Amino acid sequence: MLQIKNLHASIDGKDILKGINLTVNAGEVHAIMGPNGSGKSTLSAVLAGNEAFKVAEGEVHYFGKDLLEMSAENRSREGIFLSFQYPIEIPGVSMVNFMKTAVNEHRKYKGLDPIAASDFLKLMRDKKELVGIDSQLTNRSVNEGFSGGEKKKNEIFQMAMLEPILAILDETDSGLDIDALRVVANGVNKLKTKDNAAIVITHYQRLLDYIVPDFVHVLSQGKIIKTGGKELALELEEKGYDWLK
Amino acid sequence: MAIDNDKIIDDVTQSEYKYGFYTDVETEMIPKGLNEETVRRISKLKNEPEWMLEFRLDAYKKFKAMKCPNWAHLKIPEIDFNEIIFYAAPKTKPTLDSLDEVDPALLETFNKLGIPLEEQKIFAGVAVDAVMDSVSVKTTFKTALAEKGIIFSSFSEAVQHHPDLVKKYLGTVVPSHDNYFAALNSAVFSDGSFVYIPKGVRCPMELSTYFRINAANTGQFERTLIVADDDSYVSYLEGCTAPMRDENQLHAAIVEIITENRAEVKYSTVQNWYPGDKEGKGGIFNFVTKRGICRGESSKISWTQVETGSAITWKYPSCVLMGDNSVGEFYSVAVTNIHQQADTGSKMIHLGKNTKSLIISKGISAGKSQNSYRGLVKVIKRAENTRNFSQCDSLLLGDKCGAHTFPYIDIQNDSSVVEHEATTSKIGEDQLFYCNQRGMDTETAVGLIVNGYAREVLNKLPMEFAVEAQKLLQVSLEGSVG
Repeated sequence: MLQIKNLHASIDGKDILKGINLTVNAGEVHAIMGPNGSGKSTLSAVLAGNEAFKVAEGEVHYFGKDLLEMSAENRSREGIFLSFQYPIEIPGVSMVNFMKTAVNEHRKYKGLDPIAASDFLKLMRDKKELVGIDSQLTNRSVNEGFSGGEKKKNEIFQMAMLEPILAILDETDSGLDIDALRVVANGVNKLKTKDNAAIVITHYQRLLDYIVPDFVHVLSQGKIIKTGGKELALELEEKGYDWLK
Repeated sequence: MAIDNDKIIDDVTQSEYKYGFYTDVETEMIPKGLNEETVRRISKLKNEPEWMLEFRLDAYKKFKAMKCPNWAHLKIPEIDFNEIIFYAAPKTKPTLDSLDEVDPALLETFNKLGIPLEEQKIFAGVAVDAVMDSVSVKTTFKTALAEKGIIFSSFSEAVQHHPDLVKKYLGTVVPSHDNYFAALNSAVFSDGSFVYIPKGVRCPMELSTYFRINAANTGQFERTLIVADDDSYVSYLEGCTAPMRDENQLHAAIVEIITENRAEVKYSTVQNWYPGDKEGKGGIFNFVTKRGICRGESSKISWTQVETGSAITWKYPSCVLMGDNSVGEFYSVAVTNIHQQADTGSKMIHLGKNTKSLIISKGISAGKSQNSYRGLVKVIKRAENTRNFSQCDSLLLGDKCGAHTFPYIDIQNDSSVVEHEATTSKIGEDQLFYCNQRGMDTETAVGLIVNGYAREVLNKLPMEFAVEAQKLLQVSLEGSVG
């Protein structure tokens, strides 16, 4: 599905990623862990197409296509979803309107007609139920006045609506209490199929109790310095990152 | 996103003004230039009674003694009145009752603008007065309205058929010496709409006037007078467009509204005059005086405007709250792009006790434009227990535009409460990226964000207009984000 080869990226002239290699196949969950400033969020931003980051070197292929040549919106339409670490507020724009616009943009790309209003409302209802979020949330403006936990649940709800092939969860667990964490993790697990994949970026092992990874990668100073199975996460929890350097 | 800035400017230049066409109809004009003879000639062409001519001549005298106002945050080039044609009318005589006698070219023009004049085709519930250049072409649903005693006609007709009403109210809200452009309009106004809603009548449909400047080198000077008698209600809409031309054209209008006891008037405008090209060449100079007076107790006037056009906009729809417990409201979205300049806002003059006013202003600046809010809230000593709340928000797109706020507050008693809030924000790259990541291209994202920002005001528009206005916002800002 996704092949990253020797990826180098920078922001404001500062090199952050210094040669990332990673392959993700359908049906897999990859966890990326590492200390602050190791480049975890940069990796997710580059994959999602944030133009603030400049790619200096390397290749990324997504189903054989050159991902780096694609606009951010086309990456989304091709099935890449980023759950933001800090979801953005858009005052005055209702979640319903926002989601409907997004769903219809995806449909247009696939050559489909806009979704009928009744079908859309049913889809919203089904997905809200699936991820178990408060239905009041979708009557409000996008992320406006949402608590930290509500924002993260809202990200998972959007993910359910758009049914991505590759989901990138950027520190989705940060700022969540244990109940919210469970809701978010359950949502992710329910959306998991053998045909899609997830990259879970996290600081803590805690999330991986709920979302069980097939692979754990340790990112440090812009490079993956160690890869292992899910037990690696436990080891990191116990020993920290220093022993790997 | 610096690269995008150039792309944007390109896009703006490409996103064409949809209504820029010109209709080739035979037009009757008077010689260009402004003098006493011009005023007399217009009055004569309209076959006006003596008192109307006197009103005009008096206004012209006052106009000559006045100077173009320079206090606004606008760069106004000198206007050469001797180069303007003050009266131009499509030659086919507009007939009042039968559509068959209207020039097909005119019908086609209004059809192209999305304003069909065949009554059966019009949105259910909207009556239209269509004004091209200096005259009213056709007023629809007149008979249906007349059954309820509602008068909805062109201004010229009202002068002929209802001289007493016109005489009683004309110039009582905006006197001819009010300001430079009001004096000019009072001297040379050509047509416009007249509305009278009798006591206790709720107008069953939206009334609307559609203004179209067509002929070259002409100015448009229309006048609207709306009188709502005791316990009546009307919702009134106004729309406007003009062809694309290299020279600037002047539009100086007056709107007067009078509400008697417990009457309510809702006045909505979607202003889309030609804004000029990407170099700032051409476009309409829009100098408009709009004012309503709540004469009766517990009466209400509400202004809603969506302003996207004109090279220069100078207008301050205002309410004089004379009756006790009366209410004034102003909701505005003003968009400026390319080289447009707008200085717009509202005045709320509290004269009666327990009067209330609300101002919600949303400015959106893009390109190299300048967008100013200017507002006055005045409360006299006698106007006890009045309330005002003003909110002025500015949204900036790009870094070559400007947003300014000039609030004036004058309170002469201590039982009144006046609040003013203002914010300035930019569409963030993070907001755009968030939308992009959900599959929306940047244009769609900007449209969504801007409509969200303006929602409070758009919600106030009648349904038929709200959808149009949303699209208009999107088109006006096409490609304007960097």
